[in-house]
Amino acid sequence: MKHLLSTADLSAEKAIEILDTSLEMLQTQSREQRKLPTLRGKTVVNLFFEDSTRTRISFEAAAKRLSADVINFSSQGSSVSKGESLKDTAQTLEAMGADAVIVRHSSSGAAHLLANRGWISASVINAGDGTHEHPTQALLDAFTLRSRFAELAGKTPAGIDLKDKKVMIVGDILHSRVARSNISLLSKLGAKVYVVAPSTLLPIADTSPITKSFVNLDLAIREVEPDAVMMLRLQSERMRGTFFPSAKEFTSGWGLTAGRFAALPKHTLVMHPGPMNRGVEISSVAADSERSTIIEQVANGVAVRMAVLYHTLSGGAK
Amino acid sequence: MNRSILSEEEIARSLKRIAHEILESVDPADDLIILGIPTRGSHLANRLAKLIAEIEGKNQRVGQLDITLYRDDLANHPTRTPEQSEVPGSIDGSIVVLVDDVLFSGRTVRAALDALRDYGRPKAVKLAVLVDRGHRELPIRADFVGKNLPSAKTERVNVLVREVDDQDGVQISDGAE
Repeated sequence: MKHLLSTADLSAEKAIEILDTSLEMLQTQSREQRKLPTLRGKTVVNLFFEDSTRTRISFEAAAKRLSADVINFSSQGSSVSKGESLKDTAQTLEAMGADAVIVRHSSSGAAHLLANRGWISASVINAGDGTHEHPTQALLDAFTLRSRFAELAGKTPAGIDLKDKKVMIVGDILHSRVARSNISLLSKLGAKVYVVAPSTLLPIADTSPITKSFVNLDLAIREVEPDAVMMLRLQSERMRGTFFPSAKEFTSGWGLTAGRFAALPKHTLVMHPGPMNRGVEISSVAADSERSTIIEQVANGVAVRMAVLYHTLSGGAK
Repeated sequence: MNRSILSEEEIARSLKRIAHEILESVDPADDLIILGIPTRGSHLANRLAKLIAEIEGKNQRVGQLDITLYRDDLANHPTRTPEQSEVPGSIDGSIVVLVDDVLFSGRTVRAALDALRDYGRPKAVKLAVLVDRGHRELPIRADFVGKNLPSAKTERVNVLVREVDDQDGVQISDGAE
């Protein structure tokens, strides 16, 4: 695998391979000596045109645990603020010896552009592009779900998919790259994906892998009885226009309040990609409960990103 | 063309002998851990642990150590998915016996030694292999060998274990196929 640009490009087999690799990576992270020599001598550049402390730190930790060198580039105070183009920035970084470029950009398609225009020969990993995709987030969500479901069933997670598991994604589906990546990946792994949002924030174009869309969250919970609910953050920075009357209105209709949390089946997992707005899309009762995987998702994120770096950077000549 | 080198009975006999040799080489007070290198080394390790347990009358610590992430040739091969490593408990101060099916260049064993170092500091590390086919590229030797098999570098040595291949056996074939 040369690049990771979207989960839509991944086959189910490849995705399971990455999840299995993540399992071994996670295992190495519980040892006293956590550093692996695997990517010694490789250079990884974090090219972030959009603020994201969590994702950048997660990638940085992943690269360092595999012994790669990490260069951080953020657009603030850099040549970009002086008017440099994406192409020139990328070529400059490659001239400095980058083997992989991890790119986050506010424009959808930025990662595809970098990977496919022939500007650079480095591997490109998409760390979020506009409202398009955020593939490593979806992989870590799938990894977290698989581990928890396997634990409940008393099985080992290696090699298995998410067949017939019901996952409900709630919130701003329209602007969310996390939702888009998850819908494509989770359904590919056999899960049934449901989305719930105000009708202004539901996608209206191609909705093919979605099992069913709902506007009413209470009705959706009763009808679907989900195995997991994934709450999304309200992305006010991407909203151009008015989609619902107020944050309070959103909470009462689509937030995971204490009341709705109590109405969920007793085994339902609660997920959130972070950063959370407590009291808006998720209540503290839900976020801090035993069924919440939110902290686990962060820890799994490092292991999954290690696996992605390994799969994009280790393969050589056939 | 395939030539059979070891039959099922011969493999069973070799493993029994190796089990006795391992026990002879360690002090009864020593803490023994048998670690197989996936895939076939792990199955051989499980069998050795069982044989040792039968001789000694007590269970042995057994596990597997995947070395994919420690290989020095990752850049020259298509990416492989690592197997799970399962190291039971701490290896500090114990005697680790690494088990693999074939000893060839010695690079797998070198990677295994690097991997072990990240788990702790064993008192000693020993190496048991079913077949030693020569052509070492590193100064590494096995402590316990099922069969020494002089081979040409182009030949292929295949170890079959019933857990994976539905039969036990060791075969050699010329590299042409």
